[in-house]
Amino acid sequence: MPVRPAPSPLLRWTLAACAVGVLLALPVAIIAANLLLPGGEAWAHLSSTVLPRYVGTTLVLLLGVLAGVGVVGVTCAWLVAACEFPGRRALEWALLLPLAMPAYVIAYAYTDLLQFAGPVQTWIRTVAGPDVRLPDVRSLGGAIAMFTCVLYPYVYLLARVAFLRQSPSLAEAGRSLGLSPLAAFFRVNLPLARPAIAAGAALALMETLADFGTVSYFGVQTFTTGIFRAWMSMGEPASAAKLSAILLAFVFAILLAERWARRQAKYHDATPSARRERVALRGVKAGAATTACALPLALGFLVPTFLLVRMSLAGGDAAFGERFARLAFNSATLATLTALIAVAIALFLAYGARITRSPVSAAVNRFVGLGYAIPGAVIAVGVLIPAARLDNLLADAAQAAFGLKLGLVFTGGIAALVYAYLIRFLAVALQTVEAGLAQVTPNMEDAARSLGMNASETLAKVHAPMLRSSLVTAALLVFVDVMKELPATFVMRPFNFDTLAVQAYNLAADERLAEASTASLAIVAVGLVPLVLASRRLVGREEMRGTSPPRAIEA
Amino acid sequence: MALALEADRISFSYPGSGPVADGFSLALEEGQIGCLLGPSGCGKTTVLRCIAGLESIDAGEIRLHGVAVSRPGFTQAPESRRVGVVFQDYALFPHLTVAGNVGFGLRGATKGSRAQRVEELLEAVGMSGSGRRYPHELSGGQKQRVALARALAPRPQLLLLDEPFSNLDVDLRERLSLEVRSILKAQGMTALLVTHDQHEAFAMADRVGVMRRGQVEQWDSAYNLYHRPATRFVADFVGEGVLVDTVIEGKSVSQLLRPDDVLHDDESPTKAEVLKKAFRGAEFLYTLRLEDGKQVLSLVPSHHNHAIGERIGVKLDVDHVVAFPRD
Repeated sequence: MPVRPAPSPLLRWTLAACAVGVLLALPVAIIAANLLLPGGEAWAHLSSTVLPRYVGTTLVLLLGVLAGVGVVGVTCAWLVAACEFPGRRALEWALLLPLAMPAYVIAYAYTDLLQFAGPVQTWIRTVAGPDVRLPDVRSLGGAIAMFTCVLYPYVYLLARVAFLRQSPSLAEAGRSLGLSPLAAFFRVNLPLARPAIAAGAALALMETLADFGTVSYFGVQTFTTGIFRAWMSMGEPASAAKLSAILLAFVFAILLAERWARRQAKYHDATPSARRERVALRGVKAGAATTACALPLALGFLVPTFLLVRMSLAGGDAAFGERFARLAFNSATLATLTALIAVAIALFLAYGARITRSPVSAAVNRFVGLGYAIPGAVIAVGVLIPAARLDNLLADAAQAAFGLKLGLVFTGGIAALVYAYLIRFLAVALQTVEAGLAQVTPNMEDAARSLGMNASETLAKVHAPMLRSSLVTAALLVFVDVMKELPATFVMRPFNFDTLAVQAYNLAADERLAEASTASLAIVAVGLVPLVLASRRLVGREEMRGTSPPRAIEA
Repeated sequence: MALALEADRISFSYPGSGPVADGFSLALEEGQIGCLLGPSGCGKTTVLRCIAGLESIDAGEIRLHGVAVSRPGFTQAPESRRVGVVFQDYALFPHLTVAGNVGFGLRGATKGSRAQRVEELLEAVGMSGSGRRYPHELSGGQKQRVALARALAPRPQLLLLDEPFSNLDVDLRERLSLEVRSILKAQGMTALLVTHDQHEAFAMADRVGVMRRGQVEQWDSAYNLYHRPATRFVADFVGEGVLVDTVIEGKSVSQLLRPDDVLHDDESPTKAEVLKKAFRGAEFLYTLRLEDGKQVLSLVPSHHNHAIGERIGVKLDVDHVVAFPRD
């Protein structure tokens, strides 16, 4: 359909969208600009001592996680997509469950299980002798293992869809040209799925870079822990900003690498192919496939959940009750507020881009979508530096003009925190709302008009019912992300205002793992909600087509 | 008879590109089915959108039953035109059932009369009993029928169909186009469809307009488009055939020879060499080289199976001469 002219009143809408974009980009721009400013003495010291270590550790961490999520994610995706084995249908969606586990939560659980005085090592000592020890889980290797356990679903999710979309005749063509099944996988199926795998791996690496809880708890020195040390212990905002800027460079390197890996995506035939026949595995092979898929699920979800429940029952009482209710209320307040604002802005941006048909609006929306890649620690520093300066200016001005003692207007309350959340999580809402709007094709709008509905009736009778579920989904996704968020909350929460995530982190850092378990479990339970939604859709696409309710309107 | 639709020298262009419709004119009588036929990009869908009121025209005038609905600076809103549209992708509302879709445009009617009208239309398109299903449960052909029923439900004064069968299988396409024609005729509906498929145009329409560069080159019956094309473009676009350079009444012209103008006759003294042959079931389409080197096409009953390179007898049976000045 050709593009229709944009009437001029819509210009205002475009300008407002630009303003939103600028507002959200400001903190990140401040951080990026810091890279160009000269550093002080403290920075000179930092950059000669710890900076090389941060870079080295971060690179090893990224490579380790890349290898881990790549192997686990692709293996499970291929088995589930191409083979039939006992438990496949259940595993197909259950393999997503680890996404509900923040990495820092399973870090607490496994530390409790595997520490020197823990049940596993105690048992090993009684069996194999008092001098046998396991390698310490609180290490760089341990962190890689934790991230792999909870982040492989990103690769799994996207690779699985890519494998399912591949026409079976492609691999058959490979076979007819003399490839063994395994060779066909490596030379046909895997290269075709590469863009999807790269996209999934990029998401996993972004999460790894953004993590603070796990690396900090394990004492692994990466950029996020470095930023926090510079900011909170050393009182060096300028150095924190510089470290943030370098971390940002890592993020963009990954984004670019993902773009590069995806450059072939256009060749791919996206037309739904004939339903593929899965290869039925028997005997040992079937057992091996079931085990291979059950293992990541067990390590990433079942075992830590079991450990947390046990800890919670044994020693978590103190955490339940009045204090727990207060923390949950704080978390829910922040999450609800952010979710509502995010959905409102997302609707404004998405609908605006559609009705103005302006390339500028579209560009703003793509740009806002990048916020999800920015680590919370970076956003926190980027928001706090200007906010603190504004607070000081305001306080000085009030003092000078009225002799008033003004409190911290921007940094004292939750406004700055919600602002930081919006920068990071608006992308989630925007994507969901855009997907919902895309289901209302321009021809549907035109059809409603030609059937006698005017523009506002069309909005009420076509757009609203079709969008309702996407708006709810968008709000829910943002809600859950805010509940789980740790680094920005940790730095920016108002004095005496703790959330479940912060509480879990603080208790774990104090070695009070049992008490941390209740808050951790609560976070996991909330995290399960979007997964249940997503897995319903995952299964729905294939198996439930042609049955009752209108699936098409789910975002 | 009253003219149901007149497009009077309308022009339309998208900002930043050349004219899509450029002095386009056409008229449809009440109850007539017209068709715009043309290659992709000739502006036929845009013309349809202008008639539906989904685009505003830059010049000319569009009248429905004599009332101007579009002219420069004035575009009657699509919702008040009573012009139904069947979209290429059907544009069924996924959140509504089949009955909800068909009843969407029935406003102000009582519940009972609405349900009755919906059932009446579903029956007309052969979908009765499917009212409670959702669009995603339907096949392409069924969606097409629902889209047609939905557009017909509010009794529009004109129905527009945009490439209505292009998403369907070839044999379903042919069957459905004849069926849609009889539904439209049974309802006495005036309709205009747009297509690039001449078989579809010939099967559906009383009058076909061949479009090129935003204008109608010829507005005529299917028979005349084939046998009496008014321009070279029409001759070339509609049907098969070759233009052979020759001299008629002292003038150098290109004469159109259709495959059915060149007959195979073993007795004929004129011989031609078989260059290519295509088996079409009942017939062969032979590409022949005449003695003077000119190539022509000939449609021959398929029991005359000749080998490539063979020389066979031919004779011309030109009922009427169609010739254009030579370039």
